[in-house]
Amino acid sequence: MTRRALGNVGVAGYVLLLYGFIYLPVMTLVLFSFQEGRFPIPPFNGPSLRWYEAVFADGKLTAALTNSLVVALLSSALACLLGFLAAYGFARYRLPGAGPLKVMITAPLTVSYLIIGFGLLVTFNMAGISRSLWAVGIGHVVINTPLCFAIITVSLGEHQRNIERAARDLGASDWQVMWRVTAPMLLPSIVAAYFLSVTFSWDEFIIAFLLSRFDVTLPVEIWSLLRSGLNPKTNAVGSVVFLASVAVVLILEFVVFRRYSSRRAA
Amino acid sequence: MGPASRNATGDSRGWVFVGPAVLWTLAFFVVPFVVMVGYSLWQREGTELVRAWSLANYAGFFDKPHFVEGLVNSLEITALVTVISIVLAYPLAWIIAERVPRRWQRLALLLAILPFWTSYVVRSYAWLLVLSRGGYLNQWLMGAGLIESPLEIAATRIATVTGFVHFFVMLLTLTIYANLVQLSPNYRRAAADLGAGPLRTFWQVILPLTLPGIMVGAFLTFVLCIGDYITPQILGGNNELVLPQIIMLQITRRADFPTAAALSIVLMVVVTLAYIAAARWLRMERV
Repeated sequence: MTRRALGNVGVAGYVLLLYGFIYLPVMTLVLFSFQEGRFPIPPFNGPSLRWYEAVFADGKLTAALTNSLVVALLSSALACLLGFLAAYGFARYRLPGAGPLKVMITAPLTVSYLIIGFGLLVTFNMAGISRSLWAVGIGHVVINTPLCFAIITVSLGEHQRNIERAARDLGASDWQVMWRVTAPMLLPSIVAAYFLSVTFSWDEFIIAFLLSRFDVTLPVEIWSLLRSGLNPKTNAVGSVVFLASVAVVLILEFVVFRRYSSRRAA
Repeated sequence: MGPASRNATGDSRGWVFVGPAVLWTLAFFVVPFVVMVGYSLWQREGTELVRAWSLANYAGFFDKPHFVEGLVNSLEITALVTVISIVLAYPLAWIIAERVPRRWQRLALLLAILPFWTSYVVRSYAWLLVLSRGGYLNQWLMGAGLIESPLEIAATRIATVTGFVHFFVMLLTLTIYANLVQLSPNYRRAAADLGAGPLRTFWQVILPLTLPGIMVGAFLTFVLCIGDYITPQILGGNNELVLPQIIMLQITRRADFPTAAALSIVLMVVVTLAYIAAARWLRMERV
């Protein structure tokens, strides 16, 4: 074998090994969600849908799923709005203290979720606010606003400024310029920021765990399932969550971004 | 700011846009942080909260061996995870950027990071399945005749590190790939023209040029890894606690908020020090 062929075999082997490592847990998870028996470990004796039936018959799990969806969709909408307005304001107006304020807005990105959640917990405790899904939502807006702000800031460039100026010269007001000119131009990055926030909020555990009480989100409910040890029902609900997230990512990749890039290329 | 920009002069109107995000961050991030610092200076005695300012919680940190041990465990695991993840992810990112045809690169990358979107709690659970006594890993090792009886991997440091490395290999592949594709092919051509072989070009040209990307990825890994509770709790179990697990124990079991607050501040200081080190290193690199 030549050195080059040997190199190719090495490369292929490495890729196979790493993709195997990356997919091993997910494949095991999904495979044993179809397990017939009560233990999600080899040998596989399925396929069976009984654990999926168990998941959808479990009122606590479906309620948690709904809670998660509502919290994720609403908190991300607010985070996206706050992030977009701030990005637009900083890019288009000269504000005193803009530098330190930008640092403050992006600071939550560098702080552990555990610390953000705990800080909110002690503060709400002192203020007499009880734990609830609202508190969880507030926490999720805190972690996602800097993310949306950063993503939208990056895509707000100089080239849009000329179009905004043209709109203003044609008599559009400040608000009209923002809503009818800037926001549509930034739509792809706003959509990306929104869906990224939704997946982060949907999946967030520690803040939701610390700040929720009776109504909980899905990760917290899954967490309490884990106490019963290895269970194919956990596999089933985990697979549902994984497939839902993957569907969102793929839709983003193939619908939103493809269409946008082909339009831009045209 | 463009000099002729008309609305650049309308300063006060800008606050309408920036205000909501600033106020939100003040109310729900800055104020809670200040409250937490305040709490860390109070004490809990029995079930009572003693509102007298003192540094006793911080002094106590170094007196209690299991707190210091937790910090040491956190640092060791984080360092191990960061190094292993970079060593594994770099070749994959390089292969995707250099060996995969251009039009397939995006797909290869998407495939490499798809399991990134598995639910956080579920991902650690999935590793528990693989690493458990009757799991696939033990079956394969026994099938291959490498071991006689199943290994106890779950609830050890190895399990925690495996779970973390899995997550960060995906993240680092993404950041290192982004760095690699930005490099102009001219660097490689220039190196080849000057007589460098592929290996020498890699060591002396490509690798140094991608060091900033590696550092950014390493910093991200450090921050996310050292602050995480889920992975060590599910995979590592209670044999060897890391700092976030100790903080959670203070909150949920002992309801000792002052100690939890002090430990959180210690964690933040460690992360800040890492940030300063990374920022300084990146600035030195650029000069």
